[in-house]
Amino acid sequence: MSGTTPSRAAGPAGFAGRKPWWQRDRTRRMAGRLIAVAFLLLFFLFPIYWLFVISIKTPDEIYSSPPVWIPDGFHLDAYIALFEDGDVQAIWNSLLVASVSTVLALLFGTMCAYSLARYRTGGIHLGLWIISQRMIPPIAIVFPVFLLYVMVGWVDTYRGLIVLYTTFNVPYVIWMMRGYILDIPLELEQSALVDGCNHWQVFVKVVFPMVRSGLFATAVFTFIFAWNDFVFALIVTRDAVTTFPVQITHYFGAQSTFWSKISAMSVLGTLPVMIAVGLLQRFLVRGMTMGAIKG
Amino acid sequence: MTTRDTAAGSAAPPGWGRRLELLADRKFRYLLIVPTVFLLLSVTVFPAIYTLIVSFQDITLMAEDRSFHGLMNYQRLLEDSRFWWSLVHTVGFLLAALALQFVLGLLMALLFVEWMPGRQVFITLLVLPTVISPIVAGSAWRIMYEHQYGPISQIIGWLAELDNPVLWTADPTFVYPAILLAEVWQWTPFMFLLLLAALVNVDKSQVESAEIDGSTYWRTFWYIVFPAIRPVVAVALLIRSLDLFRVFDKVWILTQGGPGTMTELISIYIYKVGFQQFQTSYAAAMTFVVIILLTAVVVLALRRMGVSP
Repeated sequence: MSGTTPSRAAGPAGFAGRKPWWQRDRTRRMAGRLIAVAFLLLFFLFPIYWLFVISIKTPDEIYSSPPVWIPDGFHLDAYIALFEDGDVQAIWNSLLVASVSTVLALLFGTMCAYSLARYRTGGIHLGLWIISQRMIPPIAIVFPVFLLYVMVGWVDTYRGLIVLYTTFNVPYVIWMMRGYILDIPLELEQSALVDGCNHWQVFVKVVFPMVRSGLFATAVFTFIFAWNDFVFALIVTRDAVTTFPVQITHYFGAQSTFWSKISAMSVLGTLPVMIAVGLLQRFLVRGMTMGAIKG
Repeated sequence: MTTRDTAAGSAAPPGWGRRLELLADRKFRYLLIVPTVFLLLSVTVFPAIYTLIVSFQDITLMAEDRSFHGLMNYQRLLEDSRFWWSLVHTVGFLLAALALQFVLGLLMALLFVEWMPGRQVFITLLVLPTVISPIVAGSAWRIMYEHQYGPISQIIGWLAELDNPVLWTADPTFVYPAILLAEVWQWTPFMFLLLLAALVNVDKSQVESAEIDGSTYWRTFWYIVFPAIRPVVAVALLIRSLDLFRVFDKVWILTQGGPGTMTELISIYIYKVGFQQFQTSYAAAMTFVVIILLTAVVVLALRRMGVSP
């Protein structure tokens, strides 16, 4: 988003000389737009509201027909149940696996991106091959990996999941960081070399600080991808390292469905992501399009 | 170049040599890519080759027969109507969702192009569905569709008298609209955000001069605005198609491919064959066919993303 300034200028200019009724027309138009926005907000936010509100309802309020639109008070029973039954372990697993794999993917990815950006290592082919790894459906990637993990005994282990997420996210990091590195002027690195830094020092002391904000944005997206993933976790975990999306599916039973737990677990699983989006507005478009659109 | 390589070190010669020197350290540049290449080779390439081998064998849960059967699994694939139907479901779902997301996203973007009070806050709120986990989104819609306690049944009840509540995710008539709505709900904001970014960058002077010349809103849009945002539209559509081709989680949590096999997408079918029926070799063969089918699309997508600004 490039701020509101250019879009404020987007309104038709030079209407000042028109008749007074136009003023009313413009207000009416704005009112119409705001009403449309209100409907959109209702549509896009209501399901999230509904999921959240279930977690603070009493069982009577959840299983009531007609539904209770606004609950009477905050009932944290669902969250307490998650802690007492040890289900929060799934959140912890998600946190651990997503964080460690994010750090690893950023480290390896940025190194590789620097090599691709500044030395054109492997030409365009290496770059394309790396990014194509990201575009294959996860089920096609994970099936072979599952066979491999069965062979080496990595099914249902932290290292198995961490390695899988790292590998899946490295191409994304490379593609993003390559763009951010190309954005910084080459002269800085050159003069650091002239001043007697070796290549590693240039990379750590010049390049890293310059791409810090891009690195941060990429890290948050990488974390979200690992955090939100379901397919990989479903297939390479059993019960020891279950992540929260897999845990949620366990609450959907054939006989009974634990709505309050689904809801509470979803809230715990969504809060970090919501905070991240608040922090990241400026990078949203670039981050979601692998840098193809700079927003 | 070779002399430059040996000279590469801390003491760099001044002037023209600097750029060359920066580009010349061979050991350093390969050291940088070693971890990534190692990871990709061991976690994607090696398993992919292994899968190819497995697809020529006949491994199941019951019998781990390691002998080779040639193209048996591929032949079975050709005759497996459930596989081809799952491809049809996937492509149909993809096209319908893509069209809906694009049209709705574009309309939303047009609505937000001009300034309005609270614009930035509204945009951030509208983007929320896109960033939450698909499993959370799927759960949210499953609760919405709940026929007894869900809000949608209640709202329908206000509008029309029904003898029986609609079982949204189990009724053959409504199951596709139901999963499409959930998908459109989650990913339209993505389209919206991308198209908005493109629209904001459209050259205002051209739009204004067209308006002064008396062009209508839609004519201006079609002849001036749309050509300007076309590269972004292409990228957005390609990213969404690739994502839609691999949809698994949301449909899985809403229908598990049902009723019957009506909403069985390709990812779901592979999962069922490989991880519920444990026909390992057959699932491997399907995986391989999907990889090959997608390669063409991916190559096309990459070319697009490479040339776009």
